[in-house]
Amino acid sequence: MTDQRTSFPLNVIRRLGAGALDGVQEAGRMLLFLLSALLCLFTHVPKVGRFVRRVQFIGFQSLLVVALAGAFTGMVLGYQGYRTLSRFGSTAMLGPLVGLSLLKELGPVLTALMVTGRAGSALAAELGIMRIGEEIDALEVMGLSPHQHLVVPTLLAGAICLPLLTAVFNVLGILGGYLVGVKLLGVGGGVYLGEMAAYVEMRDVLEGVWKALCFGGFITWICCFKGYTARFGAEGVSRATTQAVVISSVVILVWDYFMTSVFF
Amino acid sequence: MIRVEGLHKSFDGVPVLRGASLDVAAGEATALIGPSGQGKSVFLKHLVGLVHPDRGRVLVDGQDVARLRGRKLQRLRNRFGYLFQGGALFESMTVFENLAFPLREKTGLRRHEIGRRVAGELDRVGLAGSEGKYPSQISGGMRKRAALARAMLLSPEIMLFDEPTTGLDPIMTRAIHGLIETCHDRLGFTAIIVSHEVPSIFQVADRVAMLHDGVIRVLGTPEAALAESDPFVHDFVRGHMPPALARD
Repeated sequence: MTDQRTSFPLNVIRRLGAGALDGVQEAGRMLLFLLSALLCLFTHVPKVGRFVRRVQFIGFQSLLVVALAGAFTGMVLGYQGYRTLSRFGSTAMLGPLVGLSLLKELGPVLTALMVTGRAGSALAAELGIMRIGEEIDALEVMGLSPHQHLVVPTLLAGAICLPLLTAVFNVLGILGGYLVGVKLLGVGGGVYLGEMAAYVEMRDVLEGVWKALCFGGFITWICCFKGYTARFGAEGVSRATTQAVVISSVVILVWDYFMTSVFF
Repeated sequence: MIRVEGLHKSFDGVPVLRGASLDVAAGEATALIGPSGQGKSVFLKHLVGLVHPDRGRVLVDGQDVARLRGRKLQRLRNRFGYLFQGGALFESMTVFENLAFPLREKTGLRRHEIGRRVAGELDRVGLAGSEGKYPSQISGGMRKRAALARAMLLSPEIMLFDEPTTGLDPIMTRAIHGLIETCHDRLGFTAIIVSHEVPSIFQVADRVAMLHDGVIRVLGTPEAALAESDPFVHDFVRGHMPPALARD
């Protein structure tokens, strides 16, 4: 009985320790994976065709969902912003509120979350299936680099597509805010756009661009890693895909806070 | 040509290979037989550096495979062809693209020359007319043949076959064995063929080795393997059920 009582806390500590060690090992493997991909970027000729296909998959095919999310986020911001600002008699500031919220935070973060859900999960599943089906092993045995063929084009496409998709999100969000604020609630069109132009600076735009660039890198890195290292059949691929989406989403939110508090 | 010395490998603390050793001479076709789950595929993956040993060495013409990195490893792998258990065809590519892929990536051949060589190889394995199909649209036997054709296109010096006929009917099994034999005669490669198809694989092999309990026992020629007096080998090569299973 005494043994059971003492062994319970010890077991908890042991499990926590083992979990922490696993986490550190996984982080180390992820870092090494990224370093090999970056090394490959400088030592191997980039695969242009694959890069274009990845841009089409991550960027073009995400356009509709990002555009819809952007438009409706802007419309909600327009509504909520108007109702809040009208309490203080400052509805003229609706334009800057919508613009700054979208450009600095909501645009990059929501775009990244949408892309994680749509393209990131698919990337992890695709690489996972290739791993389980020994397609990645086949590439290696052919003397070809899986990083060059599969990972580098995806990382580059992610880093390029996310800022562009964020721009689409922001433009449609601002238009959505305009539609609700100006056309529906009666804020002056000139006031909405004029105040926005007066209060939004280039560094606010760049803040969003930098964030989107980082998020693009993170999403593709994490999703590629999870798919690339998937094991144990269909269940393993499913687990890898879930982990890829969850970890990417958490990293996006944490990194957003980190960048906002440290860099901007 | 290939020397494997005392290979040890464990997964999650479970030993799979416990000192497996094997020598394979150039041009020789060695059949590696043994019960399922004994680590034959793991053994094969060590030869091309897909898996690294816990202990022991794999030497290919004196080069320790586990110590090779980067371009040196790529150069070594260029000498190998590998037929994976499931074929490992790229599912997103058609049969034609699967075969053209290594040629496009590894040779400076022009498009029409690649097309000509792919068509020739597909014809040789009896897949003419299936160029435009995706791997998911063809049968298991066709997948194996397409994978075999892809492996042969770069005329490898060493071919590794990982259960080339598993899951196929007897006629298709004979056809695949015939193809391996023809390719071996034509290209003269060194081959290690992991197979459960005993004794039909003996028609293809010059020598037979058996992996059991993590170690390899060379049985000699196929005739010697069939005449083996060890009860376990004797039962295995004749397909007799072991007493433990027979009781069930």
